[in-house]
Amino acid sequence: MILSALFFYLFAGVCIASAFMVIAAKNPVHSVLFLILAFVNAAGLFLLLGAEFLAMMLIVVYVGAVAVLFLFVVMMLDVDFAELRSGFLQYLPVGALVGAVFLAEILLVVGAWSIGPGVPRVIAAPMPPIEDISNTEAIGLVLYTRYLYFFQAAGLVLLVAMIGAIVLTLRHRANIKRQNVADQVARTPATSIEIRQVKSGQGI
Amino acid sequence: MTIGLGHYLSVAAILFTLGIFGIFLNRKNVIIILMSIELILLSVNTNLVAFSSFLGDIVGQVFALLVLTVAAAEAAIGLAILVVYYRNRGSIAVEDINAMKG
Amino acid sequence: MYQAIVFLPLIGAIIAGVISLWGAARRCPGAETAHGAEDHGGPAVDESHAHGAPSVHASSVSHPSHDEHAEQGPAAEGSRAAEIVTTALLFVAAVLSWIAFYNVGLAHRPERIHLFTWILSGDLKVDWALRIDTLTAVMLVVVTTVSSLVHLYSVGYMHEDPYRPRFFAYLSLFTFAMLALVTSDNLAQLFFGWEGVGLASYLLIGFWYHKPEANAAAIKAFIVNRVGDFGFALGIFAVFMMAGSIDLDIVFAQAPSLVGKPINFFGWNADALTLICLLLFMGAMGKSAQFLLHTWLPDAMEGPTPVSALIHAATMVTAGVFMVARLSPLFELSATALTVVTFIGATTAFFAATVGLVQNDIKRIVAYSTCSQLGYMFVAMGTGAYSVGMFHLFTHAFFKALLFLGSGSVIMAMHHEQDIRHMGGLRSKIPLTYGAMVIGTLALTGFPLTAGYFSKDAIIEAAFAAHNPMALYAFIMTVIAAGMTSFYSWRLIFKTFHGKPHDQGHYDHARESPLVILIPLAVLAAGSLFAGYFFKEFFAGHDVEDFFRESLKFGENNHILEEMHHVPWTVAWLPTLMMAGGFAVAWLFYIRKPYLPGELARQHDVLYRFLLNKWYFDEIYDVLFVRTAKWVGRTLWKGGDGWLIDGFGPDGVSARVLDVTRNVVRLQTGYLYHYAFAMLIGAAALITYFMFAGGTH
Repeated sequence: MILSALFFYLFAGVCIASAFMVIAAKNPVHSVLFLILAFVNAAGLFLLLGAEFLAMMLIVVYVGAVAVLFLFVVMMLDVDFAELRSGFLQYLPVGALVGAVFLAEILLVVGAWSIGPGVPRVIAAPMPPIEDISNTEAIGLVLYTRYLYFFQAAGLVLLVAMIGAIVLTLRHRANIKRQNVADQVARTPATSIEIRQVKSGQGI
Repeated sequence: MTIGLGHYLSVAAILFTLGIFGIFLNRKNVIIILMSIELILLSVNTNLVAFSSFLGDIVGQVFALLVLTVAAAEAAIGLAILVVYYRNRGSIAVEDINAMKG
Repeated sequence: MYQAIVFLPLIGAIIAGVISLWGAARRCPGAETAHGAEDHGGPAVDESHAHGAPSVHASSVSHPSHDEHAEQGPAAEGSRAAEIVTTALLFVAAVLSWIAFYNVGLAHRPERIHLFTWILSGDLKVDWALRIDTLTAVMLVVVTTVSSLVHLYSVGYMHEDPYRPRFFAYLSLFTFAMLALVTSDNLAQLFFGWEGVGLASYLLIGFWYHKPEANAAAIKAFIVNRVGDFGFALGIFAVFMMAGSIDLDIVFAQAPSLVGKPINFFGWNADALTLICLLLFMGAMGKSAQFLLHTWLPDAMEGPTPVSALIHAATMVTAGVFMVARLSPLFELSATALTVVTFIGATTAFFAATVGLVQNDIKRIVAYSTCSQLGYMFVAMGTGAYSVGMFHLFTHAFFKALLFLGSGSVIMAMHHEQDIRHMGGLRSKIPLTYGAMVIGTLALTGFPLTAGYFSKDAIIEAAFAAHNPMALYAFIMTVIAAGMTSFYSWRLIFKTFHGKPHDQGHYDHARESPLVILIPLAVLAAGSLFAGYFFKEFFAGHDVEDFFRESLKFGENNHILEEMHHVPWTVAWLPTLMMAGGFAVAWLFYIRKPYLPGELARQHDVLYRFLLNKWYFDEIYDVLFVRTAKWVGRTLWKGGDGWLIDGFGPDGVSARVLDVTRNVVRLQTGYLYHYAFAMLIGAAALITYFMFAGGTH
């Protein structure tokens, strides 16, 4: 018990600190690295909650793909080390106030809430105890049966995203040789060959 | 002491707030905005998983999975847009992006 | 038959109108702009008086001396057809009118012909009906005879004008409107005819619409008429209010019961009948160019001469006189109204004669003469001698139309020169015209045994014998006016036909007018000479009762026709004496000692210019009404409409919207983080609201 509490505070603290550093860091590469750290700690939190599959997914997808993508872009875009401009301070009071308001409200809600009496009955898919099947299997049992549609839709979303990314960033450079298969196939002798009669012993 | 649901929710709340702050307090570049959005999505995920765990309902995790998928797709597209924007404008400083000024 | 009389001119007008439109369409297919003959072949216009309503003639001395046709060009297609059709139809109507005159007046067969129901609205029932009684028959004869002769005359006079179909269409249209007016059985129909002749007058005065003076004169005529019509309309409303109907028979039947009843007019309790009669008379003042509403008549001479002859001598201006006669049952019951009528009539007679003394344009002299003679007619009406007034209307139509048409003949001979100072010695060149003019002048001045003698002297006698409070004033004014009439009429003759020619060029080219012009002159001359003698018994003698019967109402105390015949012989011969005196003075001034007029004018310069400028009425009206109206209009436009309504309405609202938008737009900075910040604040506010105000805690 104590240990899990300790781990919780560890993970939570580092997560929050690194989240803060994401927005406060001067160097964008540092920002990305802190983001990675935040993700890893969040994965740790998930583990504590018993959502192993999701925790691993967080690492694989978020850290392994998304954060790396961020890093690629940051490196590619040749970004200057911009100083924190003075405008930052202009918004700080109001922003801090609003943030404080937000936080206060959320904590109020958190402190005063209680789970409604009718909730246990409407639980959509009761989680089987961890001893019977693994978390992964449990998710799979539900995902491919009752939530198949959402699963496929998510796949479509990814497809669209992939196409979109290519469409947005692809550009044809003029000086690169590439094949245009249709042109090649459509070539006829009439347009590409010229037959000359050459006297023997002489050149063209 | 027992770590209850409230703790997790608080963590998620703080992450959320930090993400919001990241959007409008940053002056440096657009990537920070995209990363802040990731933070927000992370906080949402945390919320979902926390509830799933404490209510014993697997649906929360399924939903978190889907959110994860969408977040990845959105990050990809966002970065692609950013790259194209950078090609056209040559800068990603947030203060220079005011073409929508009306 | 009566329908034929009234509607044949309308048919003629429609045919000529169609011809004119068809011709215009042929000339410029698909074009909206004015037609081919744009070139103003005529001489340059002297001054342009192109200011809307009453144009101020700064000095009549420098008046444009040329009757500027300014319309040259090929004749419109179908002109001949239009002329012939309209003139022929008018002659048919004229013949029928004389038959009607015999039928109704002499053979005692009045009629009332119901055509169709016009308005049926609540208590108001108005039919289109022709009322043919003696009064109507007299007017029918006058209108159709003069109109048909004018049509014939116009065939010759307007020979060079390219737009004859339009002219004849308008002439016939006018005739129709006038006939509708005189045959009307109710006040609405009368008003229709009233407005119709006003419209036709506008169209005809402004016939040469390329001339700005013509346009201005046409608008002036219409507007001044309108002022009168305003009173007329109020009068009709008052009649309807008191009598419950505007049908003449019903109103006349109810009239005696309305005596002494009051109307509440702006908080002032006025005697109903007096008020009604005064309002209706206001209409007559406008239409007949009486003293205060006279300013349009001289300017109306911008129209072609046949128009002046028809409209402004014989028919339209007499509509007012006719109206008073028609409504004699009402006027008889209000002594105040009759007094006012007499006063205005007498003042007009005097005023117009004084101005006519010094005018230099041949048509304007005759115009002021008309104005003066109309005053005479109203004097007769005012004293209760309605039939005498009608008599003068009847004879005046003949000799005034003769004078106008004769002037037109002179103008044609002098090749559109109208200033009598440039004429002279034409007696030998155009003898027939000279003869006609002399006959007309004799009739006008009241030379014994001519038509004018009987009618004009009758009026003066009636004025003397009347018991009207204004009778003495009227008598003096009419007598003086008679002398002045004689003077200016003979002045015209002497300066035009006698003496040495002042413009040798025009003089050499003068020749007699063609037959188509001379025939109407001859007919009218015959009328001027003989119409008086043969008809005097009907109008002013012993047969009045028999002749007019119910069409004119003489009240119980009205014995004017009797008393008229018993005036002392001095009074009876006074007009003739004045006539002779006027002739003598004119002869002295213009034949014997031609330097006298100039001398007199120089010595009494102020008076001369006062008369020459028509008592400065145009200037006074310009300051009083025109400037005021324009100021009011401009203020309401710029201030009321522009500043107030537009400013607080559409323009103001749109300007405020722009202001607000301009400020709101500043929120759109284009920076994403600003937008996110705004969103954040919004979300925080919303959450706060729902936490503390709505929803469960």
